[in-house]
Amino acid sequence: MVGVVVAIIWMKDLIAVVMLLGIYGLLTASFFMAMDAVDVAFTEASVGAGISTLLLLVAIAKTKRKEHPSRHKPLLALLVVLVTGGLLIYGTYDMPIFGMADAPAHTHVAQRYIEDSYDEIGIPNIVTSVLSSYRGFDTFGEVVVIFTAGLGILGLLSTVNGTGTRKKLPTINDSIENQHIVLRIVGKILIPFILLFALYVQFHGEYGPGGGFQAGVIFGAGIILYAMLFGMDIARRVISQSLIQLIAAFGVLLYGAVGVVSFLNGGTFLDYNVLLENPVAGQHLGILLIELGVGMTVASVIIIIFFNFAGRKGPQQISDDLGA
Amino acid sequence: MLIGHYNYWVVVALMMLGFYIIIAHGNLIKKMVGLTIFQTSVFIFYISVAKVDGGSAPILAEGISQYSNPLPHVLILTAIVVGIATTALGLAIIVRINEAYDSIEEEFIQQQDNLS
Repeated sequence: MVGVVVAIIWMKDLIAVVMLLGIYGLLTASFFMAMDAVDVAFTEASVGAGISTLLLLVAIAKTKRKEHPSRHKPLLALLVVLVTGGLLIYGTYDMPIFGMADAPAHTHVAQRYIEDSYDEIGIPNIVTSVLSSYRGFDTFGEVVVIFTAGLGILGLLSTVNGTGTRKKLPTINDSIENQHIVLRIVGKILIPFILLFALYVQFHGEYGPGGGFQAGVIFGAGIILYAMLFGMDIARRVISQSLIQLIAAFGVLLYGAVGVVSFLNGGTFLDYNVLLENPVAGQHLGILLIELGVGMTVASVIIIIFFNFAGRKGPQQISDDLGA
Repeated sequence: MLIGHYNYWVVVALMMLGFYIIIAHGNLIKKMVGLTIFQTSVFIFYISVAKVDGGSAPILAEGISQYSNPLPHVLILTAIVVGIATTALGLAIIVRINEAYDSIEEEFIQQQDNLS
């Protein structure tokens, strides 16, 4: 992994840098797998190796490919980095030995989650029960952050403005659209399975690795694949921008509404025990609903991000417009 | 003793490489890549902390008594998705900067600012 990162520093071609970053993301995911963090590995594989590579490529397509060779003060930077790194290495000597079972991190709430979560929540995946029940409020905050990032991108890059919507939007994908029949047909076969898999991950998250975050990313990736193979215009016709924005907002609303309903039933915010007669069944329902909210928001924000990036005119096209 | 801290050293190495990219490179997209690497090093740190020797993935099953710590997993899982959202926001700003200055190199942008 360190080797890949060193290669990233030396590369001047940004496309190669992004490809290496994808490899790096995949390596990170396999590391997480080796560390028993299956849910995290799942997320990293779909986000780090998939979506982030794609977004960087789209951003490069909209800007410039080559990095300018001159660097400012590399020696000073190197000095700063070495000093900070040295101090951090010195700091690691105070850390507990790797893998020790009685390290401070394992002796507080974690033990309780492992021992009691099955009786209280009734689902085997501890990560899901902590994520959506014990720490439901944190997760709500994170969903709002994602939603806000989506809003920010809409504000910065939105191409939907009065007259612009009806016009044909030139995109980087137009060339792919007319060639590569093999890709399109294979894509056509694969996309339903990708979407189905996303739904499986969404609703199976209580029992195996998975959940709203991963499912949302995979679902978004499926739609993005469709948009890349068949062109932005067709994709926009299938999934309209305003519908997707509505779904993003509805996901957050669903999450919040579950909290408010538990208020009304006499519990605290996001306390699912009071949702149904049986507390454990209430927990099930609550988790299912909020995971659905998370999945909807994440999937639609990812689609919004991609649509707005890809719908944006590249530098070449802008200068063409100015010249015309 | 030495091998016990090996994971933390890799984390520090990755973090510093990311940090170096952020401060030493003028290209804005390269800076975002550096930021992503920095970010992942923190993720790796948390997941390393969560690992327990002989522990299993935190999904309850019969016959397993030792699990890795689920709490850092939860934190990092959400952090990854939030990370990509913020990265995307950063890239959006870079695309707008490129439209305004026709450059994504820090020096050129500063030159243009000084001229005007």
